[in-house]
Amino acid sequence: MSEIRMPSMTRISLTDTRLEILSLIRQPGYSLPSLLFPVMFYVFFGLVFNMGRGVHMPTYLLASYGTFGVIAPALFSFGVGVAVERAQGWLRLRQASPAPPLAYVISKTGVSLAFAAAVALLLMTLGALFGDVRLERLRWFWTFGVLVFGTIPFCALGLWIGMNVKGNAAPAVVNLLYLPMSLLSGLWIPIQFFPELMQKLAWALPPFHLAQLAFGAVGMPVQAPAWVSVSYLSVMTLVFGVASMRSFYREDA
Amino acid sequence: MSQIATGLTNAAKSFGKVRAVDDVTLELRPGQVLGLLGPNGAGKTTSIKLLLGLLQPDRGRARLFGVDPRSREARMRIGVMMQIGEVPAVLTIDELVEQFRGYYPNPRPAGEAIELAGLGALRDRRAGKLSGGEKQRLMFALAICGNPELLFLDEPTVGMDVASRRTFWEGIRAFLDGGRSILLTTHYLEEADALADRIAVIDRGRVIADGTPETIKSRFSGKRIRCRTSLSPTTLLGLPGVRETGGSGASVELISETPERTVRALLDADAGLSDLEVIGMGLEEAFLSMTESPAGTEEMSA
Repeated sequence: MSEIRMPSMTRISLTDTRLEILSLIRQPGYSLPSLLFPVMFYVFFGLVFNMGRGVHMPTYLLASYGTFGVIAPALFSFGVGVAVERAQGWLRLRQASPAPPLAYVISKTGVSLAFAAAVALLLMTLGALFGDVRLERLRWFWTFGVLVFGTIPFCALGLWIGMNVKGNAAPAVVNLLYLPMSLLSGLWIPIQFFPELMQKLAWALPPFHLAQLAFGAVGMPVQAPAWVSVSYLSVMTLVFGVASMRSFYREDA
Repeated sequence: MSQIATGLTNAAKSFGKVRAVDDVTLELRPGQVLGLLGPNGAGKTTSIKLLLGLLQPDRGRARLFGVDPRSREARMRIGVMMQIGEVPAVLTIDELVEQFRGYYPNPRPAGEAIELAGLGALRDRRAGKLSGGEKQRLMFALAICGNPELLFLDEPTVGMDVASRRTFWEGIRAFLDGGRSILLTTHYLEEADALADRIAVIDRGRVIADGTPETIKSRFSGKRIRCRTSLSPTTLLGLPGVRETGGSGASVELISETPERTVRALLDADAGLSDLEVIGMGLEEAFLSMTESPAGTEEMSA
């Protein structure tokens, strides 16, 4: 047999990412709400009804609604998107193709990162223009980086849900995780207003840790040391990442 | 036992208590079109999934080109058309074919694959807007766009009307120019006969016949004749065209290659004959005639 040049994983991932983004753009009914919800929240509670006492609310909410906004596309595009493609049989066709499974995951992660970047940029722009959010230049970059790359653990969690929950149940499962987890992690109401027990409970939840890193990035006081949050999120990525890849290779997933 | 480079060797696969594939040995040879024929639930799709590495056999082995079917080397030499529920609805035929071409080292030009699938006029149409038959042709385009040596077609023409089925067959024949091989599953004998060089009949997870279409057809051809008669089984077997006899007591069943001649001879031989029925051998029935005892055949007639 003559020499064979396998298409590189980078190329496959890039093509797949492009098509995923194209699909999102062509279905604004799905993508726009995830983009607009956090923006609406931020404009409402952060900029219009600014009830800050002591803390600068637009800055505080940039971190908390930012976290709320960026984890949604990760959980939904993976959790629901993968479950649906699995139910349709499309994923099986893809598994039988020579495209490496990792390329599938990379392209979906790429889309989630792009989405998260859009949410983060929108909120940061609104905050800077209308909320008088003033950060050092490095902190802007740091906040953006935390919000965008902080979605990776949630991509892993979403992928695991997508590979293990039935297609029609996936939206319910993701919502049941996303909304209560966001509330209990203090993304809507600052955690300091919670009873002590609930404040402790929040430490167990992933959005709490991403929010902690985001608060740190915008220069707000944090409860958990950064190394705790970083370790938590890294372990989470590893656990769900490995479990998902196992599901991917599992029979007839 | 000799090593099968591409195929299954004594493969078995159960799902819980259901034994989908019991003991299948099946060799795919280069340049050959193998039709895997069997009724629904016979184990065709499970056999294909074992060969594709989407399922792992409980016993036995599956190999593609001598290697594990899950390996990338194996998968880049095959194309797969499966029955799937939906395709990504907002992408066009062109985009999906380009996506799959990108997975292969040496793909066929996109236009050629789309043309062969008979979708030339619909390149820019979104997959969600295609009819059922067009979606199946899109699946075919995706299966051949990687320029594979071996093509898997799982029930490719289910639900197509006669005309589109024939057009589709032409696409498959065009694909074959150039020494490629195909494994095709179908429950239409006609389809297997039109396309395959070799037919393996699978029933209840076992290969019950493997041979040229002529051999297989001769086993499945003819008609079933039922009647009440006082003639002995030996006499019945001696009638023109009769291949098999069965039944119990006065109620008998014959399988005949030439039913008209058999019936004439039957009526001549037994003036008291009653309840005469002549039934075509549908594939489902033909399977029963090959695999079941006469008692089982009785059940079938209920």
